[in-house]
Amino acid sequence: MLRTTVTFSDPQIEMAHGAGGKATRRLVDTLLAPLLLGIEDRPLGDAAFLDLGRQQIAMTADTFVVRPLTFAGGSIGTLAVHGTVNDLAVSAAVPKALLVTFVLEAGLPGRVLEAEVRAMAEAARNAGVLIVGGDTKVVEHGKADGMYVTTAGVGVADPRAQLSSAAVRAGDRILLSGHIGDHGITVLLARGQLTLDAELRSDTRSVWPLVDRLLDAAGAGVRWMRDPTRGGVATALKELALDTGLGVALEEERIPVRDEVRGVCEILGLDPLHIANEGQFMAVLAPEYAEPALAALRAMPGGEAAAIIGEVRQSPAGGVMASSSYGTSRVVDMLVGDPLPRIC
Amino acid sequence: MKYVDEFRDPALIGHAADEIRRLAAIDRQFRIMEVCGGHTHAIYRFGLHELLPSNVELIHGPGCPVCVLPMGRMDAGLSLALEHGAIFTSFGDVMRVPGRNGTPLQHMARGVDVRMVYSPLDALEIARRHPSRHVVFFAIGFETTAPSTALTIVRARALGVPNFSVLSNHVTILPAIKAVLDSPDMRLDGFIGPGHVSTVIGSRPYQFIARHYRKPVVVTGFEPLDLLQGIAMLLRQLREGRAEVENQYARVVSDNGNQPALRALDQVFELRTFFEWRGLGFISQSALKIRAEYAQWDAERRFDVPAIDVADPVAAQCGEVLKGVLKPSQCKLFARECTPERPVGALMVSSEGACAAYYSHL
Repeated sequence: MLRTTVTFSDPQIEMAHGAGGKATRRLVDTLLAPLLLGIEDRPLGDAAFLDLGRQQIAMTADTFVVRPLTFAGGSIGTLAVHGTVNDLAVSAAVPKALLVTFVLEAGLPGRVLEAEVRAMAEAARNAGVLIVGGDTKVVEHGKADGMYVTTAGVGVADPRAQLSSAAVRAGDRILLSGHIGDHGITVLLARGQLTLDAELRSDTRSVWPLVDRLLDAAGAGVRWMRDPTRGGVATALKELALDTGLGVALEEERIPVRDEVRGVCEILGLDPLHIANEGQFMAVLAPEYAEPALAALRAMPGGEAAAIIGEVRQSPAGGVMASSSYGTSRVVDMLVGDPLPRIC
Repeated sequence: MKYVDEFRDPALIGHAADEIRRLAAIDRQFRIMEVCGGHTHAIYRFGLHELLPSNVELIHGPGCPVCVLPMGRMDAGLSLALEHGAIFTSFGDVMRVPGRNGTPLQHMARGVDVRMVYSPLDALEIARRHPSRHVVFFAIGFETTAPSTALTIVRARALGVPNFSVLSNHVTILPAIKAVLDSPDMRLDGFIGPGHVSTVIGSRPYQFIARHYRKPVVVTGFEPLDLLQGIAMLLRQLREGRAEVENQYARVVSDNGNQPALRALDQVFELRTFFEWRGLGFISQSALKIRAEYAQWDAERRFDVPAIDVADPVAAQCGEVLKGVLKPSQCKLFARECTPERPVGALMVSSEGACAAYYSHL
């Protein structure tokens, strides 16, 4: 039955609605999902599943609006491929094919577009997915930051895992695939508005090889996965807590963060837990699977920094806590609005 | 990471917490105000309140520039963009501060040219790149940020940039502390002195608090170990019946402050007769205006900046929270009508505001 109770009452769309935090969740939960999906109840995953006879097909869509278009370690083209592939991967679907749509701004240099198309082709090849079609539109100069990319991704449900946030239990462990914050901080610095420099690269990559290995090593024990993109680890885990009604307890010193990212965050007053990632994922594992899963990931190239960063608890219901190495704890909340630097 | 990890060392923090418990182990209450919003933020971000015995109480002071900015000033600043077509620039913290018709971010969403900058020099650079537009920098902050505004104005004059001005909302910390001390419901035992402000003004200006009001002050840094050491130093003074200005943050703060920064302040700014502080009311000699020599870069002199008086919502109890009379959670609006996403009172806007810190981390 289609339920259409719309409670969205924000007077206008603001940047915060696209930042992946509270406002985004409100937009999806109170306007988009009730009218378009006919569901008001969480959880919404990173991909939708369609039953087609014997096979379950996973579908996802994503849009990329990045400024600047290129940055250390990646570009809008590589992000578009990896972001879509990763949404499928963390839904436990084998990524198969992409559709790619370009919104191009008049005046975009042809060589810039060519470089992005080449980057996408290479990223798709490396990720083992086919780009099977797409569309192109051009808008007037000044209306699209050079280019926007929209993708649709199709995958096949992987029988090794049955993900369901309803299966998450107190005592389950939370696994993180590697260092956090590299992407968000790299892009922030690439905008050139800060007189800060750091040897950092975006972590953009397909996480499928790591997920694939995880499902081999511990598929039956994997209950939930998410890639902590906009809004970061904090927002993804807060959503887990809200969706399950359970609590998440993090041990802050176990969360891998490079010194460069910590340093920039300290200077700007940002929390690494709120910074976007494009090549990491988190998994909730039944406790007996945690150690084998961790060992399997750490043995993979690109998985060396994987860590168990915390566990699911009964309380605080719907909340996330982070404990420090010196015996204190703090509440971790979703990102509110865009991360804004503090002044003093 | 150097200058960070050694101040978060579990063993050292454990020692400092033990020392605090030992010093506080008598039958009395210790009420300590951390003046600076950066300290408030650090205390909750690091969970330091959990390490304190129940008779050591931290009161959150007025040192959060965004929190003490009256709503009318926000409207005055935005009016320069709305009525004079200026590009409105300011720091990230300001972007979520509501005026009567919304925050700068909400104005931006409606097409008003609002830009976040990391330094006033960035705002000057925007002016140089857009010679046909006027660019106003909405300047905010204590002595921490005021020198960079001063130097930017000096540079604007040196470069002869005609299309740039500053709307100064800079305030000074000492009159605010004095207002708190003179408040009839003041029941404080000592102060954690602001760290960043003191890098500019030094530790000497706090002497009047020790001499005249007989309250100890310890200028303190922002890491967990800094704050615990600062609190221990205050407790030791109180136990020994001393009231002195001490400096825990000597690796950064000197007695006499940063002389070039102080000279820049003096060159460009003079004290206003009085200025309104949100929650605290009008405080004399508590804010900085731009000297007449720099009138061309003073938005208040160049434009007819309206003096807009906006009363705070009656139900919001920001003033009581700012003076330490109420805990944030005791305000009637806390976490109901007033949240970081939809702040009613200014203490909920900045992550340094006591209410936002309470909301986010408790």
